[in-house]
Amino acid sequence: MSFINYSSREINCKIVYYGPGLCGKTTNLQYVYRKTNPDQKGKLISLATETERTLFFDFLPLALGDIKGFKVRFHLYTVPGQVFYAASRKLILKGVDGVVFVADSQIERMEANMESLDDLKINLAEQGYDLDKLPYTVQFNKRDLPNVAPVENMNKLLNPRNIPCFEAVAVTGPGVFETLKNVAKQVLVELKKHY
Amino acid sequence: MSGSDLVMYEEEFGKIDEELQRLYIQTNAKVVFLVDKNGQLIASAGETHDIDTTSLASLTAGNIAATGGIARLLGEKEFTILFHEGEKDNIHISLIGQRIILVVIFDSRSSLGLVRLRVKKVSEALTRIFNDIAAKSEREKSEGKIDESPFAEISDEDIDNLFR
Repeated sequence: MSFINYSSREINCKIVYYGPGLCGKTTNLQYVYRKTNPDQKGKLISLATETERTLFFDFLPLALGDIKGFKVRFHLYTVPGQVFYAASRKLILKGVDGVVFVADSQIERMEANMESLDDLKINLAEQGYDLDKLPYTVQFNKRDLPNVAPVENMNKLLNPRNIPCFEAVAVTGPGVFETLKNVAKQVLVELKKHY
Repeated sequence: MSGSDLVMYEEEFGKIDEELQRLYIQTNAKVVFLVDKNGQLIASAGETHDIDTTSLASLTAGNIAATGGIARLLGEKEFTILFHEGEKDNIHISLIGQRIILVVIFDSRSSLGLVRLRVKKVSEALTRIFNDIAAKSEREKSEGKIDESPFAEISDEDIDNLFR
């Protein structure tokens, strides 16, 4: 649910990074935070445990610039990936405008990826959303590791609709902005359809 | 995207701002602000310059969402008021019309009783304004005024420019 403010001439949109535990959702946000100009970003907030596992969510507000005189702001959120935080995970999806699914490319994490994708669909449906109709991008993260599954296989398992997908190494950056840009673009195109 | 996007118009924003300013003065608060349930800051009044209102808005919404989750587990519809007491500052959070969150931050110059009383009064006025906004937004959609919207003409180039 985007928020369009004619008074302050702002558009605010919410993008959620979803995926299994330790797939690199928070790392994506940290990279975006590091590489964005100070005047374009707010604080990166992480509600995490002492061992740096996300407990509730991470939050990063980005002000990218203007479109037709409206300031465009994206609020990036991550969900806690661990299975037992299911209740919290649902809450973050409220009012989402676009979803990035971050998949862990390691072969042994394929099952966790599929489980998380199913969980995403169920949780979206509970809020009245359909993943097939929402701006949505898939990222295959950790491509630098030795034991990764081939992209074709991952596409078959996690991306049967063949929507845009990006190979990434969130720790060092390749693919991170490409993913964000793609989902942001879809969100704005969607906005254009409705307003 | 669902049709429940929040669209704020100049006229209603003025009314909301007026209500918040009044609440700010009447409660002797430090800061008063309104957030939608998804964490977007709508309006604020008071000493906002030292406060990261964007982060505060998202955390408040998270707080309300988590509390709502607890409520449902207990078979309650919602807990509509949250109050956090600090050493110096206190924060009073209340849910208005199921959709908007009103936050009042105050110190010893005010009191919980006063804040609760004033918040209750302003809640009714704010509910009315947000009902008007929803009705107006529906009306404009059905009348097709959307064609005049600035977003109809967003080009790929505009979007690409954001990421330069």
